[in-house]
Amino acid sequence: MEIIKSGIGELLQPPDVNAFRDWNRNKSKSLIDKRMTEAEVVKRFIHEGDYIGTELYGTVRCPMSIVNEIIRQDIKNLRLVGQGVYESDVLLAAGLVKEMDFTYIGLELYGISHVIRREIDAGRVEKIVEWSNGALVWRFKAAAMGVPFIPVRSMLGTDTFKYSAAKLVECPYTGDPIALVPALILDVGIIHVHRADKYGNCQIDGITGFAYEMSRASKTLIVSAEEIIPTEEIRRQPDRTIIPYYLVDAVVHAPFGSHPGEMCYLYERDEEHIQHWAEVSKKPETTQEYLEKYIYNLKDHQEYLELIGEERLRELREMVPCS
Amino acid sequence: MSKPTYNPNEMLICTASRLMTDNSTAFIGTGIPMLAASLAQKMHAPNLTTIFEFGGMGAILDDLPVAVGGRRTFHKALSAAGILDVIEAAGRGFIEYGFLGGAQIDPYGNLNSTVIGDFYKPKVRLPGSGGGNDVGSHCWQTIAIMRHDKRRFIPKLDFRTTPGYLTGPGAREAAGLPPGTGPYRVVTNLALLGFHPESKRMMLLATQPGVSVEEVLNNTGFELLLADEVEENPPPNEEELRILREEVDKEKFYI
Repeated sequence: MEIIKSGIGELLQPPDVNAFRDWNRNKSKSLIDKRMTEAEVVKRFIHEGDYIGTELYGTVRCPMSIVNEIIRQDIKNLRLVGQGVYESDVLLAAGLVKEMDFTYIGLELYGISHVIRREIDAGRVEKIVEWSNGALVWRFKAAAMGVPFIPVRSMLGTDTFKYSAAKLVECPYTGDPIALVPALILDVGIIHVHRADKYGNCQIDGITGFAYEMSRASKTLIVSAEEIIPTEEIRRQPDRTIIPYYLVDAVVHAPFGSHPGEMCYLYERDEEHIQHWAEVSKKPETTQEYLEKYIYNLKDHQEYLELIGEERLRELREMVPCS
Repeated sequence: MSKPTYNPNEMLICTASRLMTDNSTAFIGTGIPMLAASLAQKMHAPNLTTIFEFGGMGAILDDLPVAVGGRRTFHKALSAAGILDVIEAAGRGFIEYGFLGGAQIDPYGNLNSTVIGDFYKPKVRLPGSGGGNDVGSHCWQTIAIMRHDKRRFIPKLDFRTTPGYLTGPGAREAAGLPPGTGPYRVVTNLALLGFHPESKRMMLLATQPGVSVEEVLNNTGFELLLADEVEENPPPNEEELRILREEVDKEKFYI
């Protein structure tokens, strides 16, 4: 197959599907208790220079208790797949991100990210490679299939292609040009779910975003859950298991783990808090004050919840309409 | 009868809303498209199937979504899936309309939402493609919603994030994009625009009420084609305004 054109973006993570297979072969298939704390998980599984991804969309099912712990433990030079709102913003604000596969970083309703621009200017973010959301989820899908690339009809004819690491080839069947995107295998994927058992079998309510594909494209998968449920409940409704235990390396019990993001049917997004971040993240000094107050000065997620306060958490829960 | 008063955002929402047809599928982004879809459902298109990027399909927009992944995007919906299912539905030709926004647009309807200035030394780093490029690549007809001025309507984009007609007739197909897809309308605070069937260049179809053709031309940074008869859009009627204010944006997020 002839390559017509190559994107000039660097391939940040090699699509080594054979190594991925070997890795998966050696993963434990035992039903073992994988529960641990945020501190243990980050210390054990996330290392300087790792390629990580936080599965979410907007501020929904944000794995914030894990992200905050990464910042507390100051794990530097991270490479990040960026479809993010608040969680990627705070990782960037903490100066921990070096390279990014980029599709969207912004604050949705509240406009552009102020942090990303500062991090680029400061030279801390050294590489940005562009993709579309579709391209990224297809890159996960390729990894999930165990193949090194997948043909897609996104990004064609644009600078999004030019600044990506995709390739343009002639389709061997139709003769038309088509883009190839490389499998994206994450060192560590981090996903927040509604319920999991101690082995890591997970249920998600509502829409599933990138969860299915990303969980299958991660060498190490950390799951945080609002609730830990008995395995009997998983077995009672096996059709609800979106992530089976063998994909999962660690299970963290994190009630309100998505705050200030939302969990559908459980609690609403903390609009005031997100607005506050949108405001303070405009300036480096106030950004740092925020990180001190909500992350660095706190021991763990429990202290974070105490700082937010029971009353506010109850309000967010009560905002969920009764169906 | 006294004329109802309205603001430019309300006019924009009504113009976009009127483009949404009943019994069709529309890929909806955050902001104005959500309001327009909600208004359309309550006016003329009760069976408009809204499709949100992260998996919500066929939601009833009783409350306005503030995020494309929030619970309101699958409120009383027909399906709550994931991003892959949605984008692949567009890839298979199931999604008729795709609503888009951007910081810049060129005469062929290409959009920039990535960067102002140089890519490596940006003046402004914008949010990026997100699903924009996918919507512009796969949906049959895309509708861009923009504020109309010379900084936004420019001859050459700083960065082509999302494909319009690229460099002109035949360019999309030559690039490998699905035949028969492309920009359909551009809705602005000043005008409703389309694209010339042969040259694929942007064309003024109608002005917003009280806006002159000159005003539109003066706020466009490239040569704009004119339809044989440039019409004037009817202003929002009382019913549209009432529903918009009392039902669609009760919380006054946008209007």
